Amino acid sequence: MGLTLTWLSLLILIPLAGLFVKTADLSLSQFFDTVTSSRTLHALRISFGLAFAAALVNLVAGLIIVWALVRYRFPGRRLFDAIVDIPFALPTAVAGIALTTLFAQNGWLGAPLASLGIKVAFTPLGIFLAMVFIGIPFVVRTVQPVLIDLDVEIEEAAVCLGASRWQTITRVIIPSLTPAILTGFALAFARAVGEYGSVIFIAGNLPNVSEIAPLLIVIRLSEFRYADATAIAVVMLVVSFLIILLLNRLQRWAQTRALAVS
Amino acid sequence: MTITIINSPVTVERAQSVARHDPHTEPWLVRGIIISVAVTFLTVFVVLPLILVFSEALSKGVGFYLSALADSEALAAIWLTLITAVISVSLNLVFGVAAAWAVAKFEFRGKTLLVTLIDLPFSVSPVISGLVFVLLFGAQGFFGPWLMSHGINILFAVPAIVLATTFVTFPFVARELIPLMQEQGSQEEEAAISLGASGWRTFIVVTLPNIKWGLLYGVLLCNARAMGEFGAVSVVSGHIRGETNTMPLLVEILYNEYQLVASFAIASLLALLALVTLIAKTILEGQIEEGQLHRDD
Repeated sequence: MGLTLTWLSLLILIPLAGLFVKTADLSLSQFFDTVTSSRTLHALRISFGLAFAAALVNLVAGLIIVWALVRYRFPGRRLFDAIVDIPFALPTAVAGIALTTLFAQNGWLGAPLASLGIKVAFTPLGIFLAMVFIGIPFVVRTVQPVLIDLDVEIEEAAVCLGASRWQTITRVIIPSLTPAILTGFALAFARAVGEYGSVIFIAGNLPNVSEIAPLLIVIRLSEFRYADATAIAVVMLVVSFLIILLLNRLQRWAQTRALAVS
Repeated sequence: MTITIINSPVTVERAQSVARHDPHTEPWLVRGIIISVAVTFLTVFVVLPLILVFSEALSKGVGFYLSALADSEALAAIWLTLITAVISVSLNLVFGVAAAWAVAKFEFRGKTLLVTLIDLPFSVSPVISGLVFVLLFGAQGFFGPWLMSHGINILFAVPAIVLATTFVTFPFVARELIPLMQEQGSQEEEAAISLGASGWRTFIVVTLPNIKWGLLYGVLLCNARAMGEFGAVSVVSGHIRGETNTMPLLVEILYNEYQLVASFAIASLLALLALVTLIAKTILEGQIEEGQLHRDD
C-alpha cells in the first residue's frame, strides 16, 4: 500500500508537478507570448485539428471493421482480428519509416497517388494518415466486447415490432454502443495528439506548415529553451484534459440514454 | 425463444416475411461492401507497411541484412534495448502487482484518483513524459546542478533511458491485474490466512496461481512497449552513438542518414518483436478465457 503510493508519487507525481513548477519560471506575459506565438499556435492547431479528424475517421472505419469482425464470417477473419492490434504493438519509429516509404513519391501507394496529383508524404495529409494508423485499434477494441455481448433478443424484439433493419441499427444498436464508441474516440484522439514517433518521419516538419506540437517541444529542448518547451507541454496537457473531460461528460449522457433505450 | 413466437398464429405470417430477409443481418450486397471496406482499410494501413518493412530490409539480400545487424552500433543498440527492457519490466512487474493488490483488495480514500494516476502515462504524450525527466535531471533542472557537482550522470545516459521507459510502461501490468483481482475478490486469501498461512505464502500459493496468465499478459505488453518506446527515450537519451541509442533511436538515425536498408533491418527486428508479441497475446487470451471458465464451474 504505502509502497505503491511512494512509487507512484516518485515516478509520476513528482515529475508532473515539476512540469508546472517549471512553467512558473516564466512570467505570465512571457508564458502568453510563448504559447500565442504563431509557430506554437500553428503547431497546436495541427496536432489537435488533425488528431480530431483522424479520430473521426477511426470512429467510422472502426465501426465498419468491428461490425465485419463480429457479425460476419469471412475467410481470414481471425487473422484480420489479430492484425487490428499491430499499430499498438509496432514500435512507433518503425511505423513512421514504413508509412513514409509507403507514401513517398516513389512508394508503393505514394506513386499512384502522386500521378493523381495527391502528395501525401511531407504534408499535413501525411500527418493525418499516420494519426489514422496509430488510432485504428482503439475504437475497434472498445466497441468489440460490447457488440459481442449485445443481446440478440433486443434486435429480434425490434424486428417483431416492425422495425426495418436500418431502424434497428440506428435506433437500437448504435445507442447501446455509443458510450463505447465515445471511449474509443477519446482514446484515439488522445493518442494522436501526443503521437511523435510515427508522425515525425512523414510530416516533413516545416515550421508553420507541417510541424506538430510534440516536435516543437523537442526543438525547444534542443535549443535549451526549457521554459518554452514546458509552456507548450502544459498547454497540451490542459487542452487534452479539458477535451477528455468533455468526452467523459458526453459518454455519461450517452450511457443514461442507452439505459433508457434498453 | 423463437419457437414460442412462431406458435402464435398471428406471428407466423410475420415470421415468414421476416425469414425472407433474415433480420439478424444485412443483404449480401451490403455485407460484401462492409467486409471489403474493412479488409481494404486494414490491408492498406496495417498489412502493407508491415510487408514493406521486411521487403526493404531484405532488398539488398540476406548477406547485407545480416551484416547490418552485426554492425557494432547495431549490436550496442540491441544490447541497450534488452537491458532497458529487463530493468523496467521487472520494476513495473513488482509495482504493478503491488498497485493492483492495493486497488483490488483494499478500500481506501482516493482510490479512483489512484487508478486515474496509474493510467496517466497512457494519455500523456511520450515527448512530455521525456520532458519531465529533463526538467528533473537536466543542467537547468531541479536536481541537475547537485547531480553534476557529484559527478552523477542521469540525463543523456542509461539511467534516464530506463526511468523514462519505466514511466511510459507503468500502466500495463497494473491495468491488466486490477480487473482480474477485483473479480476474484479476497475470500481465498482470507481463507488461507485464517488457516495460518503467512502473507507472503498466501501470495505465492493462492494469489499468484490465480493471476499468472493476466500477469504474463501485462508483462508481455509492457515488454513490447519498453523495447519499442521512441518519443520519451529520444528526449532523454542524448543520441550518443554506440552508448545511448536504443534500437528505435538507431532506426531514426540510420534513416535520416539515408542508410535505408540498415535502418529497415533494425526496424524488421522490432516488427518481428511486435508480431511475436501479438501471437503470444492471442495464445494467452485463450488461456485467460479458459481460466475464467474453470472458475465459473
